[in-house]
Amino acid sequence: MSATDTQDPNRRDFLYVATGMAGVVGAGAFAWPFIDQMRPDASTLALSTVEVDVSSLTPGTSLVVKWRGKPVVVRNRTPEEMKSGEDVKLSDLKDPIARNANLPSDAPATDANRTTPGKEAWMVMVQVCTHLGCIPLGQEGEFGGWFCPCHGSVYDTAGRIRHGPAPENMAIPVFKFISDTKVLIG
Amino acid sequence: MSEGHSTYTPTSGLGRWFDARLPLPRLVYDSFVAYPVPRNLNYFWAFGGILSIMLVAQILTGIVLAMHYVSDTHLAFGSVEKIMRDVNSGWLLRYMHSNGASFFFIAVYLHIMRGLYYGSYKAPRELLWILGCIIYLLMMATGFMGYVLPWGQMSFWGATVITGFFTAIPLVGTWIQELLLGGFAVDNPTLNRFFALHYLLPFMIAGVVVLHVWALHVVGQNNPTGIEVKSKTDTVAFTPYATVKDAFGMLVFLLVFAYFIFYMPNYLGHPDNYTVANPLKTPAHIVPEWYFLPFYAILRAITFNIGPINSKLGGVLAMFGSIAVLFVVPWLDTSKVRSAVYRPWYKLFFWIFVADAIFLGWLGSRPAEGSYVAMAQVATLYYFAFFLVIMPLLGLIETPRRLPNSITEAVLEKNRGSGSAHPEGAAASPETRG
Repeated sequence: MSATDTQDPNRRDFLYVATGMAGVVGAGAFAWPFIDQMRPDASTLALSTVEVDVSSLTPGTSLVVKWRGKPVVVRNRTPEEMKSGEDVKLSDLKDPIARNANLPSDAPATDANRTTPGKEAWMVMVQVCTHLGCIPLGQEGEFGGWFCPCHGSVYDTAGRIRHGPAPENMAIPVFKFISDTKVLIG
Repeated sequence: MSEGHSTYTPTSGLGRWFDARLPLPRLVYDSFVAYPVPRNLNYFWAFGGILSIMLVAQILTGIVLAMHYVSDTHLAFGSVEKIMRDVNSGWLLRYMHSNGASFFFIAVYLHIMRGLYYGSYKAPRELLWILGCIIYLLMMATGFMGYVLPWGQMSFWGATVITGFFTAIPLVGTWIQELLLGGFAVDNPTLNRFFALHYLLPFMIAGVVVLHVWALHVVGQNNPTGIEVKSKTDTVAFTPYATVKDAFGMLVFLLVFAYFIFYMPNYLGHPDNYTVANPLKTPAHIVPEWYFLPFYAILRAITFNIGPINSKLGGVLAMFGSIAVLFVVPWLDTSKVRSAVYRPWYKLFFWIFVADAIFLGWLGSRPAEGSYVAMAQVATLYYFAFFLVIMPLLGLIETPRRLPNSITEAVLEKNRGSGSAHPEGAAASPETRG
């Protein structure tokens, strides 16, 4: 016993380290619920899908619905808006990634990839500037898309960032047309 | 200085009994009566006391406002209007509290400028300075969360923009933002936790103030010459000299404060905050409270990518960096001389820095477009250059003016200088003058 106690590291060193580690794990486990309670709660998460009737939208009109506390714009684009979106070369884009939750995360930001197949006229997009979360104004700015008044980010008719401090294209949420006149978001 | 022997002698029997069991009166006597202060302190030394008064005033008005306020997104805006219209004296208490925040910041900016001008951060006062920086950070957090509570348009969009800073952090940014908001956007959970924290933080400030004052009493006050106290003739007793001077300074400060409360209570606020928050409509022009404007201008000045750092993260890093740099000022300044009084070049660059900070504040209130962006970039460059280039280099190349041997000598020299026009005055013993 006394012989083993004088060896380095001895039993006592082991006990110190083991007690210390148990203390750290215990403190972490105790702290977790205090951090965990701050995350979005069940009632917030429950609001994660909305169904929108878009039958009233003629080309060139849009409506905004609230989804997860954020505005989602549904826009029936005019042929000119679609054309100006399709004519953009990928190399001219600040963010070349589609940012479309319905597509793989590396899909290129073509006009088609910003919409859904067969419904290319329709933009369904979280209308929140990717800079610091302001709401851009529709059909404004030099590309006729969106313009954020807070810090001057300019988006094109497909909601892609073209100019200004925002780093990414505006996000396309998970959505699908469940009929010709109804969109399910989320 | 306070480590010297105590001169407190209780006069009554009760006083002696108390002193032997809990020497609290002794602590008060040693700290606020007999405490020796440099004899040459000017009115810029009154802001420590003014800040203490403002903290107490904010806590008092805040506690009574909390008795009428409701932290629910449907009721918050209405409850603030109820305070303004229905609650007895509610309008006064709310205006005291909202203008009090602004005046708290006016005082703290003058206090920080005083420290930068007279080199109050230099050894042995580094920890004193850092504790002050921590108080300033806590004040900013408190001020920001307090501004969200009335749930007006600026409250909502200010909270959205400022919590949006965290999304700039790579990988975990969005997770952190949702943790702060308790949702995907600013909403009821956000308002509730901001109210809880807005109530908590002032008491944390009070705690750090205790450490700040403790550290001050260990190292002693700096003074306009920046020379350490060397003998008893360099100091006067806190009471009555500093007490009366501080009290007069407070009076003048509170008079201006009262003028704002009664005659221009909304001058420092923003009219958009009298519109209830609307999550679907951003005001045309978002501006933070005036005391955040210089940092807001720095945030918006970074419109370009810096290597792998995109413009958004770059802006956020520059903004936090502009405050973080204050923490290392004691080690950035290489000069052996503390006070700008004896540093002709530092004095010049200091005043340019003050003008630059005010200019940044003005730019922060302008829209981020056209020539404003370029001006903000130049002003941001000077802001950082002052700390990171001028401070370290100037200490090595600047030739300071001759330093007096002591505070007493500096005071006597000054008196002799002003007395030279009146020979009869110079003949009188200068030591008799304060």
